Amino acid sequence: MFRPRECRLAASRGLAGRGVGTDNGGMDVATEVLDLTVNGEQRRFAAPLTVAGLVSALALDLRKVAVELNREIVPRSTYGQVWLARGDSLEIVHFIGGG
Amino acid sequence: MDSLPLQDDAWRVAGRSFASRLVVGTGKYKDLATTAAAIEASGAEMVTVAVRRVNLSDPKAPMLQDYVSPSRYTYLPNTAGCFTAEDAVRTLRLAREAGGWNLVKLEVLGPAPTLYPDMPATFEAAAALIKDGFEVMVYCSDDPIAAKRLEEMGCVAIMPLGAPIGSGLGVQNPLMIQMIVEQASVPVLVDAGVGTATDAAFAMELGCDAVLVNSAIAHADDPVLMARAMKAGVEAGRLAFRAGRMPRRAAANPSSPTNGLIR
Repeated sequence: MFRPRECRLAASRGLAGRGVGTDNGGMDVATEVLDLTVNGEQRRFAAPLTVAGLVSALALDLRKVAVELNREIVPRSTYGQVWLARGDSLEIVHFIGGG
Repeated sequence: MDSLPLQDDAWRVAGRSFASRLVVGTGKYKDLATTAAAIEASGAEMVTVAVRRVNLSDPKAPMLQDYVSPSRYTYLPNTAGCFTAEDAVRTLRLAREAGGWNLVKLEVLGPAPTLYPDMPATFEAAAALIKDGFEVMVYCSDDPIAAKRLEEMGCVAIMPLGAPIGSGLGVQNPLMIQMIVEQASVPVLVDAGVGTATDAAFAMELGCDAVLVNSAIAHADDPVLMARAMKAGVEAGRLAFRAGRMPRRAAANPSSPTNGLIR
């Protein structure tokens, strides 16, 4: 049920040590752009980016939202380990008034 | 009133106990402060909520949870706006992740102007949700056969409409609501159609376990006052049901003794 994310988690091990904002002339992966679709809108972010990083970059409260990545639920406990890739499509929802 | 044992008259759904037999919706209010005040006045412990995309252009906009605390009220996420089983399951999976609970309100509606429950789609979605571990309170038609089938599938509460959503017309088919109540071994709630406090009281007098109200409170001139009226209506109806009403008679019967009159 969760296969794509497992691959992503494995890949994250390599990225984890890389850090953000390196000083090697802007050629590092850290400065690559990441085009995502978030709630139907095209948005551009700096890679690498986790789901937790995305929620934070959007100034949303982690505790009040739920995230779906390419139509699959992202468990809250994994937000910090799920890395986003170019072209990913996300839905970020919350509770609103309803009957 | 206060000396009556309302506190000992809790109802239970999916292993949870609720003293209040009024469940309220959180939609259609003019602002979140009014929502919070009306819910407080209603005495409700369970509130329905919808799941929607966050507004990316205004991430700091006030959120429902800031006004109606999920630690104080049991959130009952709904599937409003879902027209297929797939949409309903997807929406409630997100709700489960956002809230961390399994108790949900399933509603799959047909098109306007009736917005009547789409029962084939409701059955399909109920089966999928139950399989996925949800505890499903289901909005449905006032059809005793359909209601029984939903119960047998494993739905934890049956919620037939009293009248079309948002119509405020009251319970249009009391006979069928009563039949659904009498055959059910899970809670039955009238959901949709309540317009004012008498409608809520009437639904409770029919033996419903609880009533779900949104528009009648949110669209009243004074939502907070109407919320309080609904609380009183539900309590009055429940007490009357427990008390057992007098038989109906086709002829008058004097209330005062007919003997001992002065001559």
